[in-house]
Amino acid sequence: MIRPRLAALSIALAILALAMRPATAQDLIADLSNHRISITSDFKGTELLVFGAIEGGGDVIVVVTGPRDNVVVRKKDRVFGIWINAESAEFRNVPAFYAVASTNPLEELATPDQLRLYEIGLAGLRVDAEDDVDETEETEFLAALIGLKQANGLYPEAPLHINVFGGRLFRVKIPFPADVPVGSYLVQSFLIRDGQVVGAQTSPLEVGKGGFGADLYEFAYEDGTLHGILAVLGAVMAGLLGNLMFRRP
Amino acid sequence: MFQIYLPIAEMSVDIFLLLGMGGMVGFLSGLFGVGGGFLMTPLLIFIGVPPPVAVGSEVNQVVAASVSGFMAHWRRRQVDFKMGVVLLAGGTLGSAFGVWLFDILRQLGQIDLVISISYVFMLGSIGTLMMVESVRAILRRRGGSTARKKAHVHNWAHGLPFKMRFRTSRLYISAILPIGLGFFVGVLASIMGVGGGFLLVPAMIYLLGMPVSVVIGTSLFQITFVTAVATILHSANTQTVDVVLAGLLTLGAVIGAQFGTRVGAELRGEELRGLLALVVLGVCGTLLWRLISEPSNLFSLSVVGLH
Repeated sequence: MIRPRLAALSIALAILALAMRPATAQDLIADLSNHRISITSDFKGTELLVFGAIEGGGDVIVVVTGPRDNVVVRKKDRVFGIWINAESAEFRNVPAFYAVASTNPLEELATPDQLRLYEIGLAGLRVDAEDDVDETEETEFLAALIGLKQANGLYPEAPLHINVFGGRLFRVKIPFPADVPVGSYLVQSFLIRDGQVVGAQTSPLEVGKGGFGADLYEFAYEDGTLHGILAVLGAVMAGLLGNLMFRRP
Repeated sequence: MFQIYLPIAEMSVDIFLLLGMGGMVGFLSGLFGVGGGFLMTPLLIFIGVPPPVAVGSEVNQVVAASVSGFMAHWRRRQVDFKMGVVLLAGGTLGSAFGVWLFDILRQLGQIDLVISISYVFMLGSIGTLMMVESVRAILRRRGGSTARKKAHVHNWAHGLPFKMRFRTSRLYISAILPIGLGFFVGVLASIMGVGGGFLLVPAMIYLLGMPVSVVIGTSLFQITFVTAVATILHSANTQTVDVVLAGLLTLGAVIGAQFGTRVGAELRGEELRGLLALVVLGVCGTLLWRLISEPSNLFSLSVVGLH
């Protein structure tokens, strides 16, 4: 509960800092096609449209960040001929989902310091290893973490390109895979001029299970005992019903 | 094509694949008179269901698969309830211990490994025993000689304390035996998602010395209640019971079992057992191959403090 608040606070501070710059917030306006992604029983992944307008030129970067969790990365090793989980490293504040889209390649738009300040791009992502993880391990396991997330489509690998129309309107589609994690997401849009972030806007995005699946999931986690009892009763009824239906005369 | 999202497994699966798997395992269980949990859990793991969810959901499906059999034997008075309750006492303890162990192993990141290794050992030994038995039976039939087995052997087990009288089974034996047996099968139910009939039935006949007429009914009594307890404990402690998954498998299994029973009535027992042994050894070999072949990715992720 503390981390989302901290994240929100740091973003608020960043926006406050931007307000003191020459460009005004009105230079960038952005919104989402949808503020909620619902994972229903037939969910096969989706695309979120981020669109907006800029005033007075510049480049645009859109960052979509999923809920942050502590994640354990485990590495398999061969023990007596069997591959088992051996070494592990824990990382804090790992976004469950992380996508970056931009009008031009990031390294051409802003300095590494600026990218790190606003956590733009995988290189700018602030993910800390637990204290017991040494540096070589950290590099190896963090690379593996990012690789796995990319393989699952949770850190989209292909550079997402933002199209700008008439020098003012921009739009980009952010892909979400079928197994997108649930939680509170942030969609941040940045306006870049001369290597500096001069405008930013943050929109919230909720990813939640929808329909029957959502109710079941919530029920299973909130009252596991009752859920289990009902699961057993359902199974007993299914078993008896099946027997009745097919009983030979 | 017709994907359905499984809310606890958190994945999309083809609905007909699940119905087909349920039907196939149901057919085999009808054909051979086995529960089928020991085949279904590995199959679920093969299609990508997380092993803990495969176990939690399969143990729920075994309740459905065993309850009607238990009712049928009850109507025919082929259940030793006193023995069943003693077995169940051990089974409840065993399944609680199993769920506790399961939770710890999951936190250590070793539950997938333990589930796979348990299955390799179990399927390997059962498959081999069944194969040997059926080959022997076929040879014996061809040779025409018949060997008589002793039904009830007095052994070390009869010297144990806490003796109890079981009237229906006409036994006077130590309660430690059925409690210990129930405990062991309860652990298997929680960790592997199986009813454990393959182990319970021979142990009741050869270790406890129960009459064959009440063995199946009593084992079904124990299996129904222990898997019910394991389902509730898993749901409460590990949240691995996916009722959508269990429901679809049950639907397929109920239909498949009807066909299996009909086909089974027309085939010879020894060849059938040999066939089942081949299936069991095949599944065992696949699991073993997954353990010893180098994984395409050595790394895996898990979120700390689940939700």
